[in-house]
Amino acid sequence: MKPPRFQFCAPHMLDEALTLLDQHVEDTKVLAGGQSFVPLLNMRLAGPAYIVDINHLSELHYIEPEDGYLAIGATVRQRQVERSAFVQEKHPLLVEAVKHIGHMQIRNRGTIVGSIAHADPAAELPALLTCLNGEVVAQSSHGERIIKAEEFFTGYLSTALEPGEMLTEVHFPWIAPQAGWAFMEFARRSGDYALVGAAAVVTPTSDGHCSSAHIAYLGIAGSPVRGHAVENVLIGTELEDAVLDTAAEAASTLVSDDMSDVHATIEYRRVLTAELTRRVLQAAWQRRGH
Amino acid sequence: MQEQEEETPVFTEESDIAVTVNGHRYEKRVPVRLLLSDFLRHDLHLTGTHIGCEHGVCGCCTVLLNGEAVRSCLMFAVQADGMVVTTIEGMAGTNSDLHPIQQAFQEKHGLQCGFCTPGIIMSVHAMLHENPNPSDEEIRHELSGNICRCTGYQNIVEAVKLAAERLRQQQREVQ
Repeated sequence: MKPPRFQFCAPHMLDEALTLLDQHVEDTKVLAGGQSFVPLLNMRLAGPAYIVDINHLSELHYIEPEDGYLAIGATVRQRQVERSAFVQEKHPLLVEAVKHIGHMQIRNRGTIVGSIAHADPAAELPALLTCLNGEVVAQSSHGERIIKAEEFFTGYLSTALEPGEMLTEVHFPWIAPQAGWAFMEFARRSGDYALVGAAAVVTPTSDGHCSSAHIAYLGIAGSPVRGHAVENVLIGTELEDAVLDTAAEAASTLVSDDMSDVHATIEYRRVLTAELTRRVLQAAWQRRGH
Repeated sequence: MQEQEEETPVFTEESDIAVTVNGHRYEKRVPVRLLLSDFLRHDLHLTGTHIGCEHGVCGCCTVLLNGEAVRSCLMFAVQADGMVVTTIEGMAGTNSDLHPIQQAFQEKHGLQCGFCTPGIIMSVHAMLHENPNPSDEEIRHELSGNICRCTGYQNIVEAVKLAAERLRQQQREVQ
């Protein structure tokens, strides 16, 4: 299993990278951490003629708190976010999700933005970004555009990114101080891709009712799935057991009909989705402020 | 005098690289598609780094890249240009003394066929550097990225605990 032939360039400036992406628009891929992309090359499931390695773009190496969100540049590795005392304090849900990614050897190389761009429906960060209603920044030599998570993930390993564009930044919206949050997944072996996972954020009103709920799933369809039907059940309640039962039932209907494979039947995925919904909401609600 | 302009980067199929491996600096011309794992084994003849799955799952090819444990099958040799790599061959002392982690694996029988061992030793080295006194649970969690099909991990965990204890002792003596 060796990668097919390609031409390679590792520029040091973003402008240079964007120019290179423009040269052979239809047959160029961006290489960041490579923890998903290099396996695809090794197995010859991908074979671009040109690869632009962005690891030297130090101008994209930042974790910046902004008004409304945490901005992370395209060369920030997952391990760096996991270890960052700042992110641990200001965006603990992001750290919680990152810890579930692969193994430490993978997180040492893998990037936050790369995982979003790869858009694996079983990956953690696309589901988290969907849960938080976050957005990505795409750049090309013709300019920049900001894309909402729900418009970005268009299908299995597919995104709204156009040829010639690359992701330079991702925005993870802040979580309100009184909100509770949780991330959970079920995998057959530690570090494997999860069968199903869920990220949830629930916000209470001053009299203890749920005023807003966000929940999104990985592993239940070709893209991450936002659980609007589940959220609607929760609004105005105190997430009592009966409410969680209804929410879990609503969640099980979100699983796409084609999600049966050698790892889990669709019936099993529905059961997992329901149970994870119950647990992730319970855990999130317990973490809420008063 | 006019400053010399930086060269515009261009796509290539080969590249000159300089990598420091186990303290030796190597300068080589490599095809850009050459995996770091193959560069170590074929070009440098450092065959202690094993190749199992070649897609990042088994952990056999784990090496240290600037001190961090990484899969050498998931990056290209050209990406290691200017970096410092440590492989299993760099663990023992110059007079063939085993590294305390290797010694502990020998004493506790932390291996059977030994195929996964180089990757495990490198992962354990990185783990103990960050967390010198890991619990059994932490050891098992950190080892989840290295697949061993012989031992059942019991003796590996014992070996890691012994190595951690000796490395802490060594550290106290230095201080």
